[in-house]
Amino acid sequence: MDDLNLLGPQLALLIGAGLIIIVDLLLPIVSRQAYQGRLPLLSGLALLAAAGSLGWSLALVLTDERGEAFDGMISVDDFTLFFNFLFAAVAGAIVLGSVDYLARHRFQGEYLALILIAAAGMSLMAAGTDLIMIFIALELQAIALFALVGISKNESGSEATLKFLLLSAISTAITLYGMAYLFGLSGETSLDGIASYVANTDENRSALVLAAVFLTAGLGFKMAVVPFQMWVPDVYEGAPTPITAFLSVASKAAGFAVVMRIFLAALGEGLITTDWAYLFAAIAAVSMTLGNVLALVQGNIKRMLGYSSIAQAGTILIGLAAVAAEDPQLLLGTSSVVFFLGAYAFTNIGAFIAIIAISHKIGSDQIADYAGVAKRSPLLAFALAACLFSLTGFPPTAGFIAKIYVFNAAVQADLVWLAIIGVLNSVISAYYYLRVVLNMFARDPETDEAFTPSPYLGAALAAAVVGLFAIGIYPTPLIEASESAARVFS
Amino acid sequence: MTYEEALFYVIAAITVAGALGVVTARNVIHSALFLILALLGVAAVYVLLASEFLAIVQVLVYGGAVTILILFAMMLTRVRDIEGPLDGPQRPFAALAATVFLGTTVLAVTQTEWRGETDEATVVTIEQIGEALFSTWAMPFEIASLLLMVALIGAIVLARGEEGE
Repeated sequence: MDDLNLLGPQLALLIGAGLIIIVDLLLPIVSRQAYQGRLPLLSGLALLAAAGSLGWSLALVLTDERGEAFDGMISVDDFTLFFNFLFAAVAGAIVLGSVDYLARHRFQGEYLALILIAAAGMSLMAAGTDLIMIFIALELQAIALFALVGISKNESGSEATLKFLLLSAISTAITLYGMAYLFGLSGETSLDGIASYVANTDENRSALVLAAVFLTAGLGFKMAVVPFQMWVPDVYEGAPTPITAFLSVASKAAGFAVVMRIFLAALGEGLITTDWAYLFAAIAAVSMTLGNVLALVQGNIKRMLGYSSIAQAGTILIGLAAVAAEDPQLLLGTSSVVFFLGAYAFTNIGAFIAIIAISHKIGSDQIADYAGVAKRSPLLAFALAACLFSLTGFPPTAGFIAKIYVFNAAVQADLVWLAIIGVLNSVISAYYYLRVVLNMFARDPETDEAFTPSPYLGAALAAAVVGLFAIGIYPTPLIEASESAARVFS
Repeated sequence: MTYEEALFYVIAAITVAGALGVVTARNVIHSALFLILALLGVAAVYVLLASEFLAIVQVLVYGGAVTILILFAMMLTRVRDIEGPLDGPQRPFAALAATVFLGTTVLAVTQTEWRGETDEATVVTIEQIGEALFSTWAMPFEIASLLLMVALIGAIVLARGEEGE
């Protein structure tokens, strides 16, 4: 029972998904009319599952329940709990952000259930302490995401699904190949077993480095960093916008969580730490620069945010590159990554939900069509502007603290050059983020017809914006949570 | 070279030949048949490692079920032969990347001291596999069943049209 208790946050999500599917199946038998109006019921169930998961995580924190479960397959520690909160909260926000979209489409039950299952899979990825467990969880959320990306049956959606499916399959194969190397070297699939092999060997460095490269390549797809980012713009544009938000926040955070778990817990000691730290530094520099430069020329706001998310992933990787073997830096680098992921979740969810609300009303994803939105819907324009300021890194938003945190970690780890590249890139990114803000506030709209978001979108957006200012003004609680999550690896 | 080693190289060569056939055949049905050859080759490697159970599963699941499914999918969707080249101007770069990749992997693999390099294969019985699957590995096993359900739902969602109830 203790094991199940520790697994509670994920189980809550899965039970919610199961209930949604059953209700969705049985409702038309009971009453045709109730089935037509099933959306509030199903969304309510999904929100309840997300809230249940959050509550259970909170209960685990309050009762101080920690430990390994299921024969060392998963470990519930501060790191796992942090990501439990993150994924459940993101799933809840995405459900809220999807209500308007779902009202116009079928497969409502499947959509909501898949969101919850994907979130549970991501949470298991962060919790997994065994390569097999991590791999299965990785696949679980990947398969749920395929269906979600392809759920709208237009042409760009189909192209996006196929691209996503093929590239994801290849990246999975590469990840598995890297895992096979680690198993072949150490004879263990548990991260602890691999760690003790890596810490005590001074041979076979080339194979270990190769394993690290394969794992980086395979999981780089999830994190969406250069050069594994080819799928991002097309899939972000073709998928339903709430799913794009889910991919850009939750899927990316799950990728980072697994990378941290594997690299810090299994490959964190011994000779090869410096090797992969350099690898991450190089990827970070290239991702930031390429992502930002390509974002400059985008006319479609979803594609722009796609490239910007590549650049943001590069910035987050700075924190991992700064993890250079020694304890104080390990703590600073890791906690900066965890903090950034938390701050980024609020910011990017907010940005996407604002875009859903605005694009739905003006009927376009083009940045040029955002002209004068501030005159038609001042609150929405303000919310989107706040999120874009946070993505750029202006005070007093969450993005500002997150960037300072990461750059500080880089400087402390003697990676001044990387911090400088990061700052320069923030300046570049200001151009295209602020272009949207300028478009909304300084231009005149074609019509003066005012509009407001639906209450669901409004609630999710308000939560995100309040969150990003709260973190920006009083970051201490999130910093403490990030530090205790990072302490798991020290 | 012992006769087991010689046997291994023969099997490995057949497997690689099958895999090459999959990607070079113009006729997709031929590709699928080559795939069976490659997968059976892997099953033979399992036999060499004294893991008969794995070999049987490999033949039943991959050599049998999976390839039959692929053939059925082709039959139902009526795919034609591939006309014209599938690659573009990136061929030389791809060749370069593949060669570098192969070189690095071969170098790393041959220079490495792998765990469990012995002449004797460890025999694992079906009972041991079953016990491990339902005790230590019960959790991933359960998640795998969930994964299959998600795949089912996903397939239905992707296959059915947007219109109608």
